[in-house]
Amino acid sequence: MNRKLRQLIIGITAATAVAYAGASQATNITGAGATFPYPVYAKWAEAYKAQTGVEMNYQSIGSGGGIKQIQAKTVDFGATDAPLNPSELALGGLTQFPTVVGGVVPVVNIENVAPGQLKLDGKVLVDIYMGKITKWNDPRIVADNAGMALPDEAITVVHRADGSGTTFIFTTYLSQVSLDWKRSVGGDKAVSWPVGTGGKGNEGVASYVQRIKNSIGYVEYAYALQNKMTYVQMKNRDGQFVKPVADNFKAAAANAHWDAGKGFYEILTNEPGKDSWPITGATFILVYKSPEKAENAKEVLKFFDWAYTNGDKMASDLDYVPLPANVVKMIRDAWKAQVKDASGTPLMK
Amino acid sequence: MPMFSHEARLKRQAVFDLLFRSLTRVSAFGVLALLVAIIVSLVVGSMPAIHAFGFGFLTSSDWDPVKDKFGALIPIIGTLATSGIALLIAIPVSFGIALFLTELSPRILRRPLGIAIELLAGIPSIIYGMWGLFVFAPLFADHVEPWLNKHIGAISYIGPFFSGPPMGIGILTAGIILAIMVIPFIASVMRDVFDVVPAMLKESAYAVGATTWEVMWNVVLPYTKVGVAGGIMLGLGRALGETMAVTFVIGNAHELSKSLLMPGNSISSALANEFTEAVGDLYTSSLIELGLILFFITFVVLSIARFMLYQLGLREGQVT
Repeated sequence: MNRKLRQLIIGITAATAVAYAGASQATNITGAGATFPYPVYAKWAEAYKAQTGVEMNYQSIGSGGGIKQIQAKTVDFGATDAPLNPSELALGGLTQFPTVVGGVVPVVNIENVAPGQLKLDGKVLVDIYMGKITKWNDPRIVADNAGMALPDEAITVVHRADGSGTTFIFTTYLSQVSLDWKRSVGGDKAVSWPVGTGGKGNEGVASYVQRIKNSIGYVEYAYALQNKMTYVQMKNRDGQFVKPVADNFKAAAANAHWDAGKGFYEILTNEPGKDSWPITGATFILVYKSPEKAENAKEVLKFFDWAYTNGDKMASDLDYVPLPANVVKMIRDAWKAQVKDASGTPLMK
Repeated sequence: MPMFSHEARLKRQAVFDLLFRSLTRVSAFGVLALLVAIIVSLVVGSMPAIHAFGFGFLTSSDWDPVKDKFGALIPIIGTLATSGIALLIAIPVSFGIALFLTELSPRILRRPLGIAIELLAGIPSIIYGMWGLFVFAPLFADHVEPWLNKHIGAISYIGPFFSGPPMGIGILTAGIILAIMVIPFIASVMRDVFDVVPAMLKESAYAVGATTWEVMWNVVLPYTKVGVAGGIMLGLGRALGETMAVTFVIGNAHELSKSLLMPGNSISSALANEFTEAVGDLYTSSLIELGLILFFITFVVLSIARFMLYQLGLREGQVT
């Protein structure tokens, strides 16, 4: 009986495996990772399918999840907001390239304060998140906001509860403007927050900030826009107060020194330039340099090749900043040099 | 000839019986194997964290993914505190519901009320979470927490537990939402065990002039105390493992605070929030160890509950 049963189980497993393999034999591609670029990837996928018939399935499970999934080889590409550094890439046999640029925006909920009205210095933001500045009428906040009636109320700090590329960009910025933050907290996808309440996902932070009076949080620009949240102006490296708008993200990205040799590893926070939004970041794609399923990897590159050529308008419509033409050329060159099949021939010519 | 066909049928039925028995046995043992497999994989998965932190994992309040330092103290306290608050509220309310349904309610109301309580148990937990965040938390922040701050926050000893900014989310809110979720479980078990009390006992008590309360307190409760405790344990088991509803309202902060109004974290919500994004062996392994701890706590609680209900089963029908 037991043997029969085992045979039955093996039979079912085998049948399932065959069916599964059959399903994935079509050139459809799968990816998983960062939630931040999900809207634009979904838009691209839709348009790409209409043109070519190739389906791209993207699961927005978060940057950390994207890295894990590509390492486990369960997807054709991984997506992350926090770039892997060159040694991590080398270790995993991966290569990395950016797709679009976006911004992280501090949002507040204070009575009688309109979007874009409150001005914050990076160091003030650090001390709010450190729990050192605890009231909205703190002299250091008032100093940059002369004439505004800021309440004598305690600040409630909201951050992400889950690991997130958004947090990576935000805490990297805080580490750059404050040595104190760098030493005691640091910049990563998840950190040990000195104070505050955690919301799950951008939508969790957005809803907490909207519900809790006198709170401050940080979300991707698109979420601030869609939820009509009260974003703040930030003082950038050149000492100018700037608003979080696409042009200012572009100004920050213009300073990037993209280097294909380093896997395009680039942090765009706290960039110089009078219009640069200080909390800007790019989002990245991870693929294997010598993929096991070369056919699928080729489809992935073809998809992004198409997106670089045809997707800029779609990205801008969703408030992302497309990459400049020279960077796209560098990425295409890097594909030729780095991504090869088993025989060593480049997948993209 | 008829004899022969009869024998053949008997034989066929015997084979059928054997097959059926084996099938049910495999299903039953499959569950056991699954349980063991889960425990083994949890232990294996948490090995790196156990090696790195040892026993200190249980007593450390660190949770720092950047420096790879992890401790389970805050989630353990959060889990126990929210469940404790839930029971503090749920036990008396459930007792009242069960008492009303078995002793005081007009016969016509019993069924609809009983069904309503059971329906309450069927609501998915995410609904409670959303209701908690969007409806309950703002009301709590605007009307209850300022009052708590003002009137109880000033009292020494218990004051510190009830002071802090009125945010509406935190340990206390999570405890209250959990209480609402476990009341149907505890109330329906209590009602069922109160029903097994022999009418003779109660009527004798009434006959010597006892009030309803005296009958409940001195006759019904002593007779059913083991079953009542079992029901409470079942509710506690649910409260300990509840994830979604708690995640919505607990605040998800790895912070140790005396105040129940401040955000905290529970084991299950830490897992739900952080597992998909945990990068690095030690981080993942620490989360798995958290899961193991929760498994252990729930296992102990449910074992106690089972044992108590078993004891009740032994006494059922006995006349004391």
